[in-house]
Amino acid sequence: MLFLFYTLIVFCIIGSIIAIEARNILASVISAGVVGMGLSILFLFLGAPDIAITQVVVEIIVLIILIRSTVSLDNTAITKHRDTFAILSSLIFFGLFLVFAFMAFQGLPKFGEPLMSVSSQYLQNSVSETGASNIVMGILLDYRAYDTLGEATVIFTAILSAFVVLRAKGKKKREERDKIRVGIPGKDDLPETVAEIDEESESVSNI
Amino acid sequence: MEGMTFIVKTITRLLIAVIFSFGIYITVYGHLTPGGGFAGGIMLACGLILLTLAFGKKTALGKLSDFWASLLDNLGAFTFWSIAMLGYVGGYFFFNFLEKSDPFQIFSSGTVLVNNLAIAIKVFASIFAVFLALTIFGRFVSGLISTEDEE
Repeated sequence: MLFLFYTLIVFCIIGSIIAIEARNILASVISAGVVGMGLSILFLFLGAPDIAITQVVVEIIVLIILIRSTVSLDNTAITKHRDTFAILSSLIFFGLFLVFAFMAFQGLPKFGEPLMSVSSQYLQNSVSETGASNIVMGILLDYRAYDTLGEATVIFTAILSAFVVLRAKGKKKREERDKIRVGIPGKDDLPETVAEIDEESESVSNI
Repeated sequence: MEGMTFIVKTITRLLIAVIFSFGIYITVYGHLTPGGGFAGGIMLACGLILLTLAFGKKTALGKLSDFWASLLDNLGAFTFWSIAMLGYVGGYFFFNFLEKSDPFQIFSSGTVLVNNLAIAIKVFASIFAVFLALTIFGRFVSGLISTEDEE
């Protein structure tokens, strides 16, 4: 069993390295999806089917949305050369992080032996107190429903801001529509100086 | 022709009911089996996104327009919050005020089922709204989704 875990973890690490290093955006999106699938299999073997189901479904939807929004972009390949200083500094800081993480994780309890007694309380009383035979749901929507409310608020705020930023039609009237449309404008569409922008708005308002 | 090829359309027509019923099953049985409102809602959104990709944006927006998607999103969040506030009837925020019966029954866990339904509606509408915002709004429009109201 432990061998399977290590294989899957190495698989996920290789997938994420490919996702970072690939020059094509589509290829890196697909390898990020591979990492998520490996993670969901890992959750399944660790005995957490709830998280495995959610991981699979979220991974699929993220893959679809990312592919749909990257495929239609013109510039999908990175042409810039790499910065040596950035790579060196990130490697040094990553090494420092690994050293300190190793020192910090020495003090954690062993895997599967929790230090706290709260979880055993949940396991004993969940079915009689909440009535939900799926203990995960009982904790998520009864004992810890405040957390779920916070998560719902996060999603709500994200959708609200996406709708405000990405909407197709502005709240202005049709005649005074900006020349720059929502999205990534082409080079010819952009006015070059401030004076030009003023000129345009004046001519629009004159009409 | 709007949308994808004939093969994709036929397969979608066969599969769409299965996807939707599985999403509803995962939501409603969330307190008995693995799953829950979040996963079920994303499955429902997946079904609608499949409909958008296969049949074009006109069909999918006819089923659920962006206005109704944002309205459902608000409605789900509001329902969840009002169930939490109704807990003050019994004493405190998020009090499980509905009657609890034997475990392994559908109506066995009081507010957990209603909360699951509210979260499913909310996640379904909001994920579909994100998909609309990222692909149909603005300039991210390609051949698969028709562009007839571009000027």
